[in-house]
Amino acid sequence: MFDIEAHINTANAISPFVPAIEFRDVDLAFDDRVILDKISFTIRRGETKIVLGGSGSGKSTIIKLVLGLLRPDAGTILVDGEDITQCDEQELTEIRKKIGMVFQEGALFDSLSVYDNVAYRLAEEGIDEDEIEHEVVRMLRFVDLEDAIDKMPIELSGGMRRRVGIARALVGSPPIVLFDEPTAGLDPPTARTICELAIKLRDLEGVSSIFVTHEMNNLKYLSSEYAIVDGEGNVHFEEEGDKLCLINTKVMMIKQGNIIFDGTDEELQLVADPYIHRFIKGR
Amino acid sequence: MNPFSRFLVELQDITLLFWRMLRGLRKQPRYFDEMVRQMDSIGVGSLAIVSLTGFFTGCVLILQAYPTLEYYGAQSSAGQSVAITLIRELGPVLCALMVAGRVGSAISAELGSMVVSQQIDAMRALGTSPARKLVTPRVIALVVALPLLTVAADIFGLIGGGIIARYLYALDANSYITSLRTGITIQDILGGIVKPIVFGFIIGLISCHKGLTTQGGTVGVGKSTTDAVVLSSITVIIADFFLSKVLQGFFSSTLF
Repeated sequence: MFDIEAHINTANAISPFVPAIEFRDVDLAFDDRVILDKISFTIRRGETKIVLGGSGSGKSTIIKLVLGLLRPDAGTILVDGEDITQCDEQELTEIRKKIGMVFQEGALFDSLSVYDNVAYRLAEEGIDEDEIEHEVVRMLRFVDLEDAIDKMPIELSGGMRRRVGIARALVGSPPIVLFDEPTAGLDPPTARTICELAIKLRDLEGVSSIFVTHEMNNLKYLSSEYAIVDGEGNVHFEEEGDKLCLINTKVMMIKQGNIIFDGTDEELQLVADPYIHRFIKGR
Repeated sequence: MNPFSRFLVELQDITLLFWRMLRGLRKQPRYFDEMVRQMDSIGVGSLAIVSLTGFFTGCVLILQAYPTLEYYGAQSSAGQSVAITLIRELGPVLCALMVAGRVGSAISAELGSMVVSQQIDAMRALGTSPARKLVTPRVIALVVALPLLTVAADIFGLIGGGIIARYLYALDANSYITSLRTGITIQDILGGIVKPIVFGFIIGLISCHKGLTTQGGTVGVGKSTTDAVVLSSITVIIADFFLSKVLQGFFSSTLF
């Protein structure tokens, strides 16, 4: 029988001094088509890296590489200091316990209820049913979907599916969370809610994350707002200003498998590159 | 990639899937609940169509064979002719083809839909092997259910043949049953059970492989479903020839 506390401790056992994720000269091609061309970057612990880029630029591929769902042709990928390119499927399973993944459309299991979807990882590990229930309720409360616990995925709206996907990714409190275009196709208020969840994870839970998107509103929220908890335990979002400048959020832009920008959002606004300028201004 | 290379790559992928499935049997969790669910869906769900197919196959066999047997004055062998044809060949093959159409397509479409909606990626990301969770229960369920369905098809076929012999050709029922009992050997029955076990593996592995390698959205799901049924059916018919030859050698004392 597994202990959920031990599970969470194992998942959280990420070393404080090594980067959460590191890419070193990673190459990937499908047949003759180059997807990623010698890309290198680092994500520190507690940092959010917003990955921007057009469709087909290789953004989502980066996430699949971090999870070990794809293997690079060359280069090294380190997750919590461990080279995952050398791991077999069994070792990758252990590393994946440290990672939560939020898919583009939620990728919920159609045949399972919301409860079973969120409980999936813990149930697979044979954790006691009472502890699973406690954890599932906690995560659904975090995404404000406690009432949907018995619903099937088909009964949920697009935004609710993404939030259930987030709850499923966060079960076991993984220290790294990957978001693959989680707001694509959502209305602005729901997209804002998803971004707020990502901000809460970053600022209140110390989670390291990759947030793949091509929507500028997401960039604005994530790079300029932070979450604080007041004396009564309520979470508030405030904009950075003179007294606080966010340093735990970086922006990276990909174009045709190459990194064309890696820095802060303030630096991004000053870049003269016409492609970047057109991407962020929309004209 | 030329067709021969593509064939070799597919063969390699199916062999690897088979190997992963076998390795998955040794590890926990073993998904017994899922296996039982699949057996219910595959076995109980296919019983009606398989029984109907068996029944009318038996009917048509006696319909075609009886006039010839009558011409040679061998009406008393009617039961034997139906039994041997059904139990050795038509029962296992027709049953496998019906199951390939009904179950193979369903497996391929289900897994293909899971691929295009990223549910397979999600499963791997959550630390579960799709081979163990999805492939093993389905293949095992097919291997268990197909021989049982074949037996059901055989029984209904023999009943169908008996009804036509009795009411269309006025053959004495005792004569038909005696002919059946003397005509069927234990080797016939064993051969008729071994074949569907192999066919179950073939249909399960090909359908799961086609589903898991779906590419190109919903159009890809349709294509992989068609491919799964066509490839399973062809492979079943080809395998039937080689299995018959092997069983013939194994039971060399019989007329295989």
